[in-house]
Amino acid sequence: MLLRDKFCLITGASKGIGKAISEIFAKEGAIIIATGRDLESLNLMVSDLPVYSAPHLVFKMDVTKEEDVLRVFNELSQNKIFIHCIVNNAGIMEDATLQMVKTDLIHKIYNTNVLGTILPSQNAIKHFLRNRCGSIINLSSIIGTKGNLGQSIYGSSKSAIIGFTKSLSKELAPLNIRVNAIAPGFIDTDMIKGMDQKFYEKNLKAIGMRRLGKPEDVAKVALFLASDLSEYVTGQIIGVDGGMII
Amino acid sequence: MENNQKLVHAFHEALGIDSNLIKDNLTYQSIPEWDSISHMILISQLEEDFNVSIETDDVIDLSSFKKAREILIKLGINF
Repeated sequence: MLLRDKFCLITGASKGIGKAISEIFAKEGAIIIATGRDLESLNLMVSDLPVYSAPHLVFKMDVTKEEDVLRVFNELSQNKIFIHCIVNNAGIMEDATLQMVKTDLIHKIYNTNVLGTILPSQNAIKHFLRNRCGSIINLSSIIGTKGNLGQSIYGSSKSAIIGFTKSLSKELAPLNIRVNAIAPGFIDTDMIKGMDQKFYEKNLKAIGMRRLGKPEDVAKVALFLASDLSEYVTGQIIGVDGGMII
Repeated sequence: MENNQKLVHAFHEALGIDSNLIKDNLTYQSIPEWDSISHMILISQLEEDFNVSIETDDVIDLSSFKKAREILIKLGINF
């Protein structure tokens, strides 16, 4: 098992990519610390996970609220639980051309996607120092690496994650803490369910492999980055996009 | 071990410096061994040895050996 007895905290764990990551990590022996805003769906998700050494844990945590993040990490520390890996998966996508974007929406997207990656990472570092190792896995996007029309706010928030990943990896490498990001392409999750049909078809045609990505495709790369298989890998942005061209 | 000795020991372990260098006037970045990387190790060492949680504001404020003692006192540790 690749993650036997490893405590792995996943934000936005109840559905989509977060759920797929929780499932594959649990199958590999990890103890999942599932966090998100909806406690009921988190509990439901966790109830289906295989348990090997210790039960999985669930915490209500809104990544945009510093007090929520502090509460969760303090509770873990007080119970002598020090995480080995964090997956900063929580994120939102709302599309609009820049002229049509209200400031509130910019704050909402940046608070969730950027601040919601930075705050949990900052708190996780102290846990990793206790374990003398650690892995931070951030979720960027192909929109963050390539850009796309109507997605300047979302895309720039995901580009910020790339900059954060690269700089933090340099800062933490001497401490044996690895920081990497995944840049998924067009993945079959709730995020794309409400997408305009024309836009959806256009995106599908742009994928070399001619199929949508599955959350499990992303989860497999997260597993690689969480495990010792990638023990010498840091500061990398790994695309999981089936050869998509934007 | 009394708490002042414990604090000296934590600095010695985290920064890898001789205990007789650890005095109230020892400050962050005044010696090559106390840089931003070892500062994080020091915070972790203090949390572990004194069983406390040091929040971000205090991580930034912890700029000297003397200040470390003050922060620990604030967190309920007796000296």
